[in-house]
Amino acid sequence: MSPAGRPVLELRGVTKAFGELEVLRGIDLEVHEHEAVALIGASGSGKSTLLRCIDLLEEIDDGDIFLDGEVITDPSVDAVSVRRRLGLVFQAYNLFPHLNVLDNVLLGLVQGHGMGRAEAERRARELLARFGLAGREGDDPDRLSGGQQQRVAIARAFATRPRALLLDEVTSALDPELVGEVLQAVRDLKVEGVTMVLATHEMSFAREVADRVCFLHEGRIVESGPAEKILSAPERPETQRFLRRLLEAGRA
Amino acid sequence: MAEAGSKSLEPGRDRRSERAAARRARALRGGAVAAVSSVVFLGGIAALILTSPGWPLVRDSFFDAEVFADSFPGIAKAFWLDVRVFLIVEVVVLVLGLIVALLRTVRAPALFPLRLLATVYVDVFRGIPVVLLVYMVGFGVPALALGETADGSRPLSWLPTEPVVLGGIALALSYGAYVAEVYRAGLNSVHRGQRDAALALGLTEAQALRHVIIPQAVRRVGPPLLNDFIALQKDVALIAIIGVTGEAFREAQIESSRIFDYTPLVAAALLYLLVTIPLARLLDRWERGRARN
Repeated sequence: MSPAGRPVLELRGVTKAFGELEVLRGIDLEVHEHEAVALIGASGSGKSTLLRCIDLLEEIDDGDIFLDGEVITDPSVDAVSVRRRLGLVFQAYNLFPHLNVLDNVLLGLVQGHGMGRAEAERRARELLARFGLAGREGDDPDRLSGGQQQRVAIARAFATRPRALLLDEVTSALDPELVGEVLQAVRDLKVEGVTMVLATHEMSFAREVADRVCFLHEGRIVESGPAEKILSAPERPETQRFLRRLLEAGRA
Repeated sequence: MAEAGSKSLEPGRDRRSERAAARRARALRGGAVAAVSSVVFLGGIAALILTSPGWPLVRDSFFDAEVFADSFPGIAKAFWLDVRVFLIVEVVVLVLGLIVALLRTVRAPALFPLRLLATVYVDVFRGIPVVLLVYMVGFGVPALALGETADGSRPLSWLPTEPVVLGGIALALSYGAYVAEVYRAGLNSVHRGQRDAALALGLTEAQALRHVIIPQAVRRVGPPLLNDFIALQKDVALIAIIGVTGEAFREAQIESSRIFDYTPLVAAALLYLLVTIPLARLLDRWERGRARN
């Protein structure tokens, strides 16, 4: 047990392969209440897969994942009830194009959580306003900019007050000038103390928001620690190489 | 670059009006070519028909104005039955097609026997000519005499025996198979990320289908579905062959054999066109609207 008490999320030896391709090769990770953990690493290092495994969108091959001390990867566990306790934001937003902005946020509350329409609507409007989307409730998602769409997606995932919010490269599909507004929304949630795991390519953002950074390389967490230490003084050569390459590309 | 560009430009030339003039000339030439080729092509076909040795006979037996005026009201009245059969069968087809498509799409193991059944249904009923199906259901089902049993009790006496109902069932079975495949294409075209997003929000698979996947699929397949409606509307005429009385094609047939003139059939054809052409234009507009988006 760590000083912060029982972790919200705990992964032990999580393994996942797609056919011959081993994407995750034994991931151990603990995420505590109010903690933000950033997953960094090259494309294909398993960041997205790890988040999808935690949300039970992928079935893991070996190991266990615990949510609030309760194993969620046991075949007997009802995946739907687990997903109701988690929130996932996708790289490509994945908003529902046939529903307007408000209904996108309402669907999970009303259908997934059985919340009354009036209460759900109050909460959805409040959240949308908080993310700077007041007045856009009736719009179809495709009328919004990428940054606005991703903020709707964050509001949608957060509306159900998940125990942990999983953010999968939420700025990677955005034009550079729209990245800031989405990061501001995430920053906001961090200030509020939302527990989160975020896969990201934005090193400066990881440094700012994450309490801890884990570097994934070929399906393993090869180095993890406080953001400042991992990003400024990494010990492992793989991490050093990765960060040097980002620096050369002007991304760090 | 700037130097080369200025060298080729003679001073004082108005490039804008030159280009506009060239565009006008091109449009004019295009219009003239289209007009001439239309006159030649359509005129050629008209000349071929009008000068054919049999034309006077065809004109008298297919396009007799008097016969047309006499027979049209009766056939138009009969056509109302076609419209009603079409509307009812269409509703049945839309529901049946969706159910079959869902059974073929959903991967729940418990549904495996139904999935197999749905696959066999589509294979069989899409493969049998509609006209044969109408015969088989129209004559075959009543011949089974399911409504009568040896001991006089009639547990299945509620089964329909009227030709118009049996004909409608045959059409629904055939078109249900086509429409199921249209729906299935629509269901498969909805991006996987939509299902993931719905599940991530805590929806069950069934809720994800109902609230996220089906609505998007149905929107996408609107135009191909309308295309099948148009085909169905025409094929309603096939129920005439199992003796449905009061149906437009059958009325036209009876009338034309009574007076030895085919004009009533032309009248019936016109009535079908009155429904199918507006549907086709609607389809065009719909697809144009979607292409813009």
